Amino acid sequence: MSALGALIRRDIRIALRVGGGALIGVLFFLTVTVLMPFAVGPDLALLSRLGPAILWLGALLASLLTLDRLFTADHEDGSLDLIVMSRTPLELACAAKALAHWIAAGLPLIIATPVLGLLLNLDGTATLAVAATLLAGTPALTFTGMIGAALAVTLHRGGLLLAVLVLPLSIPVLIFGVAASQAAISGPLPFGTPFSILCALSLASLVIGPFAAAASLRHGLD
Amino acid sequence: MRLSGRNLKCVRGGREVFSGLDLSAAAGEALAVTGPNGAGKTSLLRVLAGLLVPAEGTVALEGGDAELSLPEQAHYLGHRDALKPALSVAENLSFWREFLGGKTEDAGRCLTAVALDHAAHLPAAYLSAGQRRRLSIARLLSVRRPVWLLDEPTSALDAAGQALFVGLMRDHLASGGLIVAATHLPLGIDARDLRIGGAA
Repeated sequence: MSALGALIRRDIRIALRVGGGALIGVLFFLTVTVLMPFAVGPDLALLSRLGPAILWLGALLASLLTLDRLFTADHEDGSLDLIVMSRTPLELACAAKALAHWIAAGLPLIIATPVLGLLLNLDGTATLAVAATLLAGTPALTFTGMIGAALAVTLHRGGLLLAVLVLPLSIPVLIFGVAASQAAISGPLPFGTPFSILCALSLASLVIGPFAAAASLRHGLD
Repeated sequence: MRLSGRNLKCVRGGREVFSGLDLSAAAGEALAVTGPNGAGKTSLLRVLAGLLVPAEGTVALEGGDAELSLPEQAHYLGHRDALKPALSVAENLSFWREFLGGKTEDAGRCLTAVALDHAAHLPAAYLSAGQRRRLSIARLLSVRRPVWLLDEPTSALDAAGQALFVGLMRDHLASGGLIVAATHLPLGIDARDLRIGGAA
């Protein structure tokens, strides 16, 4: 367990240092969300109707932006070789890396959501609902995105490929995330139904992601 | 303890790199893998490290810890030094020390052993190539593993660094370890030669 703890601490530390991914993700999220009102126009009713969707899209793109370095950075400097050789099962090491990525790059997005909700004319409950769906849904984005990140290791310059591979996988998360937020704001669906499915998606990806990523890494090392 | 490979064959990108290769090294022995560029020295080390699957043949470690596989009992020192530029020298070393686990040495002592203790708080980004290599070598010392797989271990090291590393390898062999090193330069220790590739 101490090995996994060390891996998580290292990844978070790197993400928070200069040049790490955590701040870049939040800044990108901020940029996308701030640009939207300029593109859509000053129609407050329209903005608050689009708000949850905009926040979700922003969070999705921001997490994708930093996800492609999840394994490639370790592959390029040789750390991945040592991680594969180590006594820690590769599946657990993958899960630890994804968890560290979520803590360093996913949580800041959720914390930034209330501030950005103001820009989109979302009231308190709506912002809270979006933040809750992001909290439940972003682990699914990270853990499914990890599969794409592991595939990108074997293909050099796989950054763009990652987007193509991962975006279709994240469609269900996006649908139920936005649906749950809308349900909380305007109904008529109860909030619980889409939110439970969102949680289920996260839990399923928590299990499938590490195994798929580890299999892909083992297969692709050369 | 004995590391042995039987009838190893390695294929990379559809091209046969080597085939029918046998090797054997006992505890306290060093094996120097030599050969021209592209002969498959690195590939052989990666096969031993479990990072490449041989097309034919088997690798085995007899007399080691029965609970652990060969890669789990081996250190691999490759061309890429597995250092994070954003972390300090001490942080890099203590991460690998914690992550690799098992029997560990005090991190400060390992840094002193490779003469890097004065740079412990420097980010690894500011290290020279030779200092990076010294830090990688400190990793081998910080966690006790019987098998060392070294790929051009002395590259980028200055004369003092090479002499220091020869001493460390001698200590490792004396304590019952074994070394397989791919090299172009003489290792500086008594080593059996394993030549692969053409006659060049």
